[in-house]
Amino acid sequence: MILQLAWRNLWRNRNRSIIAMASVWCAVVLAIVMSSFQKGVFDLLIDNMVSFYSGYVQVHRTGYQSEQTLENSFELSDSLQNTILSTPGVASMTPRLEAFALASSGEKTKGCLVAGIAPETENMATRIKSKVVSGEYLSDSSSTVLVSEGLAKRLQLGVSDTLLLLGQGYYGTTAAGKFPIGGLLHYGSPELNDQLVFLPLAVAQRWLDAPGLATTLVITPGDPASSGETTARLRNTLSTEFEVLTWQEMMPEINEHIETDTASSAIILGVLYLLISFGIFATILMMLAERQREFGMLIALGMKKAQLALMVLFESVFITLTGCALGILASLPIVWQLTNHPIRIGGEMAKVYEKFGFEAIFPASMAPSIFWKQAVVVLVIGLFLSLYPMMKVLFLKPVEAMRS
Amino acid sequence: MNDATVIDIHNVSKIYNPDTIPVHAVNNVHLHFERGEFTALVGPSGSGKTTLLNIIGGLDAPSEGQVIINGTDITSLKPNQLINFRLQNIGFVFQSYNLIPVLSARENVEFILLLQGVSKAQREQRVQDLMNAVGLGDKMEVRPAQLSGGQQQRVAVSRALASKPQFILADEPTANLDSRSAANLLDIMAQLNHDEGMTFIFSTHDARVIERARRVITLEDGRVVSDKAVGVPTKGGRV
Repeated sequence: MILQLAWRNLWRNRNRSIIAMASVWCAVVLAIVMSSFQKGVFDLLIDNMVSFYSGYVQVHRTGYQSEQTLENSFELSDSLQNTILSTPGVASMTPRLEAFALASSGEKTKGCLVAGIAPETENMATRIKSKVVSGEYLSDSSSTVLVSEGLAKRLQLGVSDTLLLLGQGYYGTTAAGKFPIGGLLHYGSPELNDQLVFLPLAVAQRWLDAPGLATTLVITPGDPASSGETTARLRNTLSTEFEVLTWQEMMPEINEHIETDTASSAIILGVLYLLISFGIFATILMMLAERQREFGMLIALGMKKAQLALMVLFESVFITLTGCALGILASLPIVWQLTNHPIRIGGEMAKVYEKFGFEAIFPASMAPSIFWKQAVVVLVIGLFLSLYPMMKVLFLKPVEAMRS
Repeated sequence: MNDATVIDIHNVSKIYNPDTIPVHAVNNVHLHFERGEFTALVGPSGSGKTTLLNIIGGLDAPSEGQVIINGTDITSLKPNQLINFRLQNIGFVFQSYNLIPVLSARENVEFILLLQGVSKAQREQRVQDLMNAVGLGDKMEVRPAQLSGGQQQRVAVSRALASKPQFILADEPTANLDSRSAANLLDIMAQLNHDEGMTFIFSTHDARVIERARRVITLEDGRVVSDKAVGVPTKGGRV
């Protein structure tokens, strides 16, 4: 009865209710599109920076993160690998032997990150094979290397050309080698695209004079969202000889960027919601003023004040939820379109984005959390704004109300 | 007080602004009403009719005195107990009908029964009977805005009767009605009083109501200045 009465009351002043709902609708559409863009861009950023190279979790010898030298490498034993693979939450694992080196061709030289990889498991972890734009991917028996496109361009090299790598091997030995280029890789992130060289793990171990060693184990969790829990389990399982790091710990600058951007968006969303709150509150105040007499009459007839307060609450919640539901419905096709056809930025602006390590596209995200979070926020606003009229009703004196 | 007594009013006063300029809206009133009465409270504007009616109905608390309805001192009840007491024992008819505009005539009457927690089958039967009794059996699904003033007031009478109250308080029920509608409404209420012994207490200026009343209480400046029996006893009650 109370629900029915509240719903019908909503349509007594149709225009006012529609205006209030429209303000909620507008805010929800804006908030969803904005949040969807933000999440889409962050997902792309994380995908570029995390799943394309670093992985979600890495295991190193303790101290490697702060001093990335071969002296902080570790023995790649079967028992270590089995221990990690049997840890709950770990889906797969791939070893790397990483070193910084100078890549050279003719008179051109550039610093690069050389990674010895296990081709098959590396592809499972970082989908590296999909990045090959010319030539062929590596196999365990390859003696060729893969070079990222930006680096190859800088050195004016292509497939079948020879790359000279000069670095420092294990315990200070000189590591120098000439490697035929087997393929070129393309990365969306300019930072990765300009500096990566991959070669089979065994070849890298020989080149760096580090047989049986690795610097990194890249862990792929079964569910990326629960990589924090997987990290905690690995920390409990492995001895203190090893450090286990999440991508947020390995790349704090990205995490900080995401957190800063999220905070500034939260402020914008807060202002947006504050504006609609005023709109809804004004509607509630007008409704209260107009219906004093009726409220008094309902109490006189025998309606309990709590029932009346509940009716007022339902009216506010109906306005906010109806506006919210319509807003979600309206934003679905917009977000779908922006997800499937992301906005691409061109010209100088694109260069600025690439300079800071971002792909110059703005994808949106269809993550369900974006939609239900708006519904929850709007519902909370509706409930909060209902407190005032509910209190007014609870302290209403029927005779005074009926005189008004 | 005997078994037929429905309402006992002892030394009731209502003083507004007691700390500044006190106004005695009701001043030391003693009255009692028995089952089946058809009583008019009359007096000039500001004489305290509506205030007394509100006090009897538990809508307003007296500054002094007691109001005892069927043995319950309503002035000592807590707010929620009072609301529940009103729901079970008192029917109200207001000058301006005060129907709920978003509900149909049927739903307005049924509303009281819903508040009382009456079952669906009983509600439907009771609403049908009441609407037929006030001659609006064919207007059940019509909203108040589509009804005339007289029809709305008849729905309000049905609503007041829905809870099977001990008595009905009617505040100027004919004030907004034309003479034909007023006469029709009074016929219905007199019929209910005669046939079912329903107790009616009106506050009114309307000579037509006073003519039909069998007890007329006159108030002036919040005091009872006369209390006269003017008709024959009804079937279920007294003059």
